[in-house]
Order: sequence, then structure tokens, then C-alpha cells
Amino acid sequence: MFKGMYNWIDERLDVTPMWRDIADHEVPEHVNPAHHFSAFVYCFGGLTFFITVIQILSGMFLTMYYVPDIINAYYSVDYLQHQVAFGGIVRGMHHWGASLVIVMMFLHTLRVFFTGSYKAPREMNWVVGMLIFFVMLGLGFTGYLLPWDDKAYYATKVGMEIAGSVPWIGGYIKELLAGGTIVGAQTLTRFFAIHVFFLPGVLLTLLAAHFFMIRKQGISGPL
Amino acid sequence: MDHNEQQETAHKPIKRNEMTRRQFLSYTLGGATAFMGMGAVLPMLRFAVDPLLQKKQSGDFIKVIEESKVTSDPQQVDFQVHQVDGWYESDPKMEAYIAKGSDGQVFALSPICKHLGCTISWSGAEAPDLYHCPCHGAQYSKDGKNLKVAPKPLDEYQVKIENGWVYLGPLQANTRV
Repeated sequence: MFKGMYNWIDERLDVTPMWRDIADHEVPEHVNPAHHFSAFVYCFGGLTFFITVIQILSGMFLTMYYVPDIINAYYSVDYLQHQVAFGGIVRGMHHWGASLVIVMMFLHTLRVFFTGSYKAPREMNWVVGMLIFFVMLGLGFTGYLLPWDDKAYYATKVGMEIAGSVPWIGGYIKELLAGGTIVGAQTLTRFFAIHVFFLPGVLLTLLAAHFFMIRKQGISGPL
Repeated sequence: MDHNEQQETAHKPIKRNEMTRRQFLSYTLGGATAFMGMGAVLPMLRFAVDPLLQKKQSGDFIKVIEESKVTSDPQQVDFQVHQVDGWYESDPKMEAYIAKGSDGQVFALSPICKHLGCTISWSGAEAPDLYHCPCHGAQYSKDGKNLKVAPKPLDEYQVKIENGWVYLGPLQANTRV
């Protein structure tokens, strides 16, 4: 039945070349763990993306219960964690995934570094990768505040002091981030907006550029 | 010389304007697009930076302790300030360490560590007769002078004394060290 549906759509829209172009490409022997087990280091980029997808999905579901409001944020997180079925699992995925994505990204960066894959003509992809790294750190920083417990509050206060220590413009950065002079109601809504809309938008754009470049330029050769 | 060229030389050379029709159109269209784009973007930017431009709350002076009770040993006092945080108004508890200096002046220090903003305390086991921060071990003298880790001395509350009571105002940079 699915084949029939696929053919019906394909006859009209000719979608086969589109997904072929995306999905059908050779994996060189030196990056295939089935040939050389040590090639598993080439999986870290894909694993980072896999966890990123999990982060996006689990985050989407978390917003079904979460409210970015200083009175109710903690209670909504407490409720979704302890009262909602599989709440601990879904929030756990988001919580642990946030750390794991940094770990995977770091391992991916090490692999790129030690195989020299950042060298010409792939310098731009390294730079985009670094931008992705900073966006991920931003996502971690903004997401940390959202449960609005003591740990979140004081971690953000410390983060604000670090932002404020930038020469000349530190005070403005701090106030713009906090949405005022204190870490409060407007900081929480602001961090929520940045965490859920702004940074994911930037992240997806950068990821698209990252993947476009690796397809265009191909995986770097063996050592 | 073909017919066309002959025809052209017969006329006076036309003095063309600097701008071609194509240029004119692309400038107008580009300008209109930029104008409309700014119309969409500027309100959003102004919206985002609004907290920076809001008028700041002026700090009131709050009555905290009788002057006669202030000793040369810093003591912690709690007091409430009225705080407006956007749509949320509250009366959060503030802390201050009040003491009389060697010069006889009453002064009040903020217990917010100048290193990274943790809360310090006076004269614990780790640092007798000093302010100590539990996070990274910053230490301050009684006057708030930064002795370890912290880059700046502790902030000081503005102090006003009226009818035997100490009133605390907004925070300012330390004036004692």
C-alpha cells in the first residue's frame, strides 16, 4: 500500500531524485567502522546530530506543561517531572541530553582536529562548527534557568556577573540579557524565548550550512 | 557607416543622465524594500531593548536598626524593599552587614560577593573576623576590602541616620577602602 502511495506521489512530483541526492551517497572505507573498527570516531558528528534531534523533540513536548513564569515555573516542572506519566523520562532525556550533546560535540571536534579535517578547503566548515558550539553553550546557559530553582537562579546570577565583566559594554550586555537590573520575571521569559525560539533558529540554520558543506566537499581523506 | 550610425551622427549627441533606468528602478525598489524591512525589524529591536531604556526605580531609604544597637562587630540585618520587576511587584528580603567603623561611622555592606555574586557571611570558621564567600573562598576585611579572589571591594549601602535609627538606601561602590 505504501509503495502504491509512494508511486502515486512520485509520478506527480518526481521526488525520487530529491531524496536520492540527500540519502544515497557512498561512505568511504576509512570512515566505515565495519572495515576498520577505529573508524567509530567518525560517528561522533552524527551522534551529536542524533542527540540534537532528541533535544528538539523532548523540548517540544516539555513545553506542553512548562510555563516561563516566576511563580509557576518551578511548580510546572515539578508537576511534569512527578505527576505526568513518563515525565521523569522526557525531562530526563532533555536534562541528560543537554550534557551529552556537549560531550559528543567535543569528541567530534577532537576527531576533526586530530584527523586534520579542518584544513583547506574545509576551513569554513570548522568555523561554522565553532559557531554551532557557541550556540549549544548558549542553549545550555539559557535552559539552565528555566526550572527556576535555587541552582538555576544562582547559576544565572553568576553567569550575569561574568557577562557584566566584559570591558566597556559588560553592563549593557548584562542588562539586555537579564531584561532589567535583576534576575527576575523578565529574565525568565527572555531566557525562555532565547532558548526555545532564537537559538534553535540559529542552530538549524548553522546545521544546514554545516551539512551542505560536508556534502559539497565530501569527507576528508584517510590519514 | 551603416544606415543607423549615419542617422545617429545627424543628431546632437544626447546628454544622458548619470543614472540609467535600471539603476533608478533598483534603487527605488531596494530603498522601498529596505524601508519596509526596517518597518518590520525596528519595532522588534526596540521591543527587545526596552528594559535597558526603562526609567530605573529610585531607591528609597528603609529603616533597619536603632543606631545604639550598631556595634563595631558587623551584624546581619534583614530588611524589605519594594521591587517592581515588569508586571511582578514584590517585597524581597535584603541583607546587609551593619557595623561601626574605627572612625565611628556607621556603614552597611552588601553580602553579595564581588567575585561571582554568591552570598558571603561574617566571621565563619574558615575566616575569623573576615567576610568569607563559600563559593570560591573570597575574603574581605571588615571594611569590605577584597583580600582574596574577589576583584573589587564589597558594595556599600547608602546610610542615613535619623532620630536614632539607621536607614539604608541604594547600593553604591565601596567608599571606605
